[in-house]
Amino acid sequence: MTALRNNFSALWWVPRGIVFGLMAFFIFGPLFNMLLWTVTEKWYFPHTFPLEYGFSSWAKVFAPRGGALESLGNSLVVALLTVAVALALAIPAGYALARLKLPLRGVILLAFLIPQAFPNLTVYVNIARIFYEIGLNGTIPGVVLVHVSHGLVYAVWIATAAFSAIDPELEQAARNIGAGPLRTFRDVTLPLAAPGLMASAIFVFLESLDEFTGSFFVGAPDVNMLPLLLYTTASGGNYQIASITALLLLVPSLVFMAVVERFLKADVLSRVGQ
Amino acid sequence: MSRRLLGLLLVLPALAVIALLFILPLIMSVVGAFQVDGTFGWGNFVKTFDLYTKDIVFTVVIVSLSTVLIGLASIAIGGYLTLGNNPVAVSILRFLYRWPMFIPFIVVGQLMRTFLSKNGMMNNTAVSLGLMTPLDTVSFLDWRGIVFAFVWKQTPFVALLVAGAMASLNRDTIEAARNLGASKLRVLFEIIVPQVAVTLTVGLILSFVTMMSVLSVPLMINAQTPTMLTADIAFRVNAYGDYGVANALGLISLVLASSVAWIYLRISLKERT
Repeated sequence: MTALRNNFSALWWVPRGIVFGLMAFFIFGPLFNMLLWTVTEKWYFPHTFPLEYGFSSWAKVFAPRGGALESLGNSLVVALLTVAVALALAIPAGYALARLKLPLRGVILLAFLIPQAFPNLTVYVNIARIFYEIGLNGTIPGVVLVHVSHGLVYAVWIATAAFSAIDPELEQAARNIGAGPLRTFRDVTLPLAAPGLMASAIFVFLESLDEFTGSFFVGAPDVNMLPLLLYTTASGGNYQIASITALLLLVPSLVFMAVVERFLKADVLSRVGQ
Repeated sequence: MSRRLLGLLLVLPALAVIALLFILPLIMSVVGAFQVDGTFGWGNFVKTFDLYTKDIVFTVVIVSLSTVLIGLASIAIGGYLTLGNNPVAVSILRFLYRWPMFIPFIVVGQLMRTFLSKNGMMNNTAVSLGLMTPLDTVSFLDWRGIVFAFVWKQTPFVALLVAGAMASLNRDTIEAARNLGASKLRVLFEIIVPQVAVTLTVGLILSFVTMMSVLSVPLMINAQTPTMLTADIAFRVNAYGDYGVANALGLISLVLASSVAWIYLRISLKERT
């Protein structure tokens, strides 16, 4: 009887295998297809696999005049500046939202969600018009400002959650033995909130690295960034260079997915948005 | 009182960024939609509906269809993670479904351009398996490609929210229903889904708005007519410098997105009274 039941439950692996196999094909297939294109020299219809493999496209992408290095540099500079500005704004705001009694606290928290909760395309179009008037269009500070407004919701919400997960008695203890409020914040509160703030920095960094629409209207064509390079090479039909650019954008995202739980602990996560 | 003032002072710079860089341009776009050559009027909307009615319908159909598919896939994934009794199968699924979550939309567009094209891996695999001949292959880079890209990218996010909500449900009612002989499918749709309905709807509304504002996917996959409103807005601005019609199109997508949120609010208010 148990042998029969075992056989029966083993049979269940047939439908499971088919469903998981299809899922794996549709999830990893596009990724694998892209990886193939990054090392393709020659590939045309109706061949299932590339006819020649090689790294000549990589050499082209990273050649001094290839444009990719400039885009990569711009993307990294913009992302790092965006993180710096967003955290400089979010750390005081998050601390105030977590610790000090604020009127309309819920409304303030929701206000940071607005840029994510409305279709933002026309907003970027109009920001580009404003920036054009004041000379910020096509400059790195202009792109950084757009990315900050978009990433601020992660920065502020996660920073608020990180600060409220800290036991207030620890701060009180530091105050009791004579530390001033700034010293307490610097030596007690900030180090304790560091993992959560790190998580919010990573979120903002990725959001900036991947952002296309704002960079398209405010940055292009003067400030070249990786997503813009991907778009122009793809619409030019160069699948190799487009795939290599896509891979450069993909790696940080996948690494982040693997490590996010290390920085974003459950005690912080459960407080996000509250 | 001074603590309150200090708190407001600390929040103010961050709020100012949102006000100046999002709310002000949003107001500008609403006002600009009604402005034709410096005077107020409906001109932009007349032109918009003349030229883009087809694209408005196309956008609504594509985004709604994607939302429905994302909802079904998320319920299926969350349901299996909650009710599946084979731990190995559950952990395989948990490993599989999350991959696309953090992949940027522009990269998703490029992935689908290669995967779904006439000579893409999907067609090639079907040909190698003998399911079709190379001459029968067609490119899926039209509305189907956009829907595929949206479902591929957004399902993990909604499924993560839904599975989290399902995991925190009280197991007793589920066990009781199972003991009384209810099938798993019935337990899923009659006990579990109603309890996570709020989380599911919030996830789907966020996805709906996100898909309404993605520019890169329609540009990469299908920029010919009919296309999505985002591609039209970009075209209107870049090719004609026509901010009036672009703003009108933007206002229409804003109305579409907020009407979804409004329907949700009405339903949830009705349920409470």
